[in-house]
Amino acid sequence: MSWLTSLLIAATAGAALGDPAQEARALSLEREIRCVQCENEPIAQSTADIAADMRALVRERIAAGDSDAEIREFFRARYGDFVLFRPPMDGRTWLLWLAPLLLAGGGGLAIARMRRDGAPGEPEEGDR
Amino acid sequence: MIAEIGAFCMALALALSLAQGVLGLRAQAAHAGAAVAVAQVAALLCGVAMACLIIVFVISDFSVSAVVSYSHIDKPLIYKIAGSWGNHEGSMLLWCAVSALFGALFASLRRGQALGLWSKAVGVQGFVTAGALIYTLALSNPFARLDPAPLQGLGLNPLLQDPALAAHPPMLYLGYVGLSIPFSLAIAALLEGRADQAWAKALRPWTLAAWTCLTIGIGLGAYWAYYELGWGGWWFWDPVENASFMPWLIACALVHSAIVTERRGSLAAWTILLSILGFGLALLGTFLVRSGVLTSVHAFAIDPGRGIAVLVLLAVAMGVGFGLYALRAHKLAKPSGFAAVSRESMLVWNNFGLSVAAGIVLIGTLYPLMVEAAGGGLISVGPPFFNLTVTPVLGALFLLLPLAPLLTWRVGNARAALKQLLPAAILALLTLGLALWFSHGRIAPAFGLAIGVWLVAGGLIYLWARVRRGEGRLIAKLALLPLAVWSMSIAHIGAGVLTIGAIGETAFRSERAVALAPGEGAEFAGRRITLLEVGEIEGPNYSATRANFRVDQAGRAAALSAERRFYPTSNTPTTEVGILGDLDGDLYIALGEALRDRPGVWTVRLYHNPVVQLIFIGTIMLAIGGALSLLALARRRKDGPA
Repeated sequence: MSWLTSLLIAATAGAALGDPAQEARALSLEREIRCVQCENEPIAQSTADIAADMRALVRERIAAGDSDAEIREFFRARYGDFVLFRPPMDGRTWLLWLAPLLLAGGGGLAIARMRRDGAPGEPEEGDR
Repeated sequence: MIAEIGAFCMALALALSLAQGVLGLRAQAAHAGAAVAVAQVAALLCGVAMACLIIVFVISDFSVSAVVSYSHIDKPLIYKIAGSWGNHEGSMLLWCAVSALFGALFASLRRGQALGLWSKAVGVQGFVTAGALIYTLALSNPFARLDPAPLQGLGLNPLLQDPALAAHPPMLYLGYVGLSIPFSLAIAALLEGRADQAWAKALRPWTLAAWTCLTIGIGLGAYWAYYELGWGGWWFWDPVENASFMPWLIACALVHSAIVTERRGSLAAWTILLSILGFGLALLGTFLVRSGVLTSVHAFAIDPGRGIAVLVLLAVAMGVGFGLYALRAHKLAKPSGFAAVSRESMLVWNNFGLSVAAGIVLIGTLYPLMVEAAGGGLISVGPPFFNLTVTPVLGALFLLLPLAPLLTWRVGNARAALKQLLPAAILALLTLGLALWFSHGRIAPAFGLAIGVWLVAGGLIYLWARVRRGEGRLIAKLALLPLAVWSMSIAHIGAGVLTIGAIGETAFRSERAVALAPGEGAEFAGRRITLLEVGEIEGPNYSATRANFRVDQAGRAAALSAERRFYPTSNTPTTEVGILGDLDGDLYIALGEALRDRPGVWTVRLYHNPVVQLIFIGTIMLAIGGALSLLALARRRKDGPA
């Protein structure tokens, strides 16, 4: 990063967006965009220069009127799927997104099968 | 010399653990005493080895490779000690030592357990310790020497030089390794072909102790992240966090299923399966995290020896576990015998929710690795995925939770229980309405808060119902309440408190970045924050820029300071935030950098984290609940069966 851009970022990175709703959007996006240099950190947390750069970029896009989805797509196009903590929904990840339903369905079936055997008998009191 | 004594003790302990394994598995009355003695000596030797490691760290013996990599002469004493387990090699020795210690304790506290089950469990535990020792000695020996010895060490990562984080790994390890005893008992049950109520009774205290330690360990980690990482986050669904959360979820399920197995003799096969799974996830937690594989499959390429050894250990433990389970579990199946509405069915749904949650976390954590290994490129699975999938499962579980203690075993009366819970339901609906109103229709957090209130109110109703049953004055009634009722209520109410804190903090926090020169102030979250001065200070092994603030709120003034530290040894900056707690939450200030174009003006990030204290109070309540429950078991054991 050149001396000039770092100066620019230092001047803009701290600047909050005027509109509180926009500011809230920026802060929430900064928690789901991944710092590309660090180990598993959102840009909200990272102290790396590149993260400050990326935070400034989020604010720039919001100020320019982009929607959240457009900003995510902007970062994805630049840095790849890796940059978003929200995994894409495509051929590689359908199993991931289906997994919760499969697990819950399988568990439910197992319980239904187990419930079929045995008669309950009389109610019983107890501390636990 | 000290390092060689340590390594020698480890080698001896390995031989003894193997002997413990063989003696235990033979399960002959004549060998029982020998197995106990061997387990005790093995534990003692591992303890001596751990002490040796601490000594070489304290005296900064830089001829030992691990000391060079993780210590430094100038480091404060407590972090020299903590440094001994703050690295991969040392933490593996700690793992071995705890495993040997628990094995010796389990062997020594037989207390009327049947010889076969008890002895075989002692044996399996011996092999668990031996496996860990083999891995440690062969692939991550903490006593490995370095020649020539450097004059100075590289120092411990300054982020880790923190009291909460010094205690965090040992607590987690107590929890992880604590789950090895239920595993050993499960294997013993499968080998013996029986798992009776006495077996479940032997299992429960270890499960509870492991779960309690994991709760404390995870809580310390979350608290550390909150005040150390400088952005107010306390949980990020990071692979490393998930690795400790999965065994916690399974241990929590196990704590509940073991109650059913002990009380009613049913669910034995499921309890065994959970015991195997819990330990498998604990192994995953220790080994995969420590060997760095979770960050990327490329870590495998950097250190293939360790990575493959880890997989072999995991495969052996799980292969033996699941293999035996497949062969023998049907022998243990018993008619369950309970109605759709009963205490048992509630505990089954508890196990369903916790296990599905653990399964989702497991798949989400490993999925990026699988995609990468399959050549699908890099993807990230983070908070947006887990919040969308795990949170609703836990929410549904929490909806049922207050009902469970109000239902009787075998057949419960849902209508009566719901009638008792009516006030809690009204309070929860009121919370829902108010939260929707004040948050302008944000549905998810409003439901979350309502569920938290439902848990707390429901727990209090159960407690009150139990108190009213007693005789005499209120104090006498309270004193007569069984410890088991207290422990369960505190833990369940704690879950509600934690829910309110987590949802409140996540959904309603506010943050703002401002640029301030000394003397200037900003309005934030109903407070006026003034930067008084910024100065340089020198710490024992760091230099720091410290900013002092004045916080004015409703006529009261308070002082607060925040620092940016720099540790020259490791060339790392860290932030020390200023936190001012109040009834409505924490004011949290992190000092940024000085503006380059305006000298003397500093960026300051201000955060208001509402009800964040409830997260930590709830966690403490969970841990207290676990500890009291353990105490209740110990008492019951002393008084004979209840």
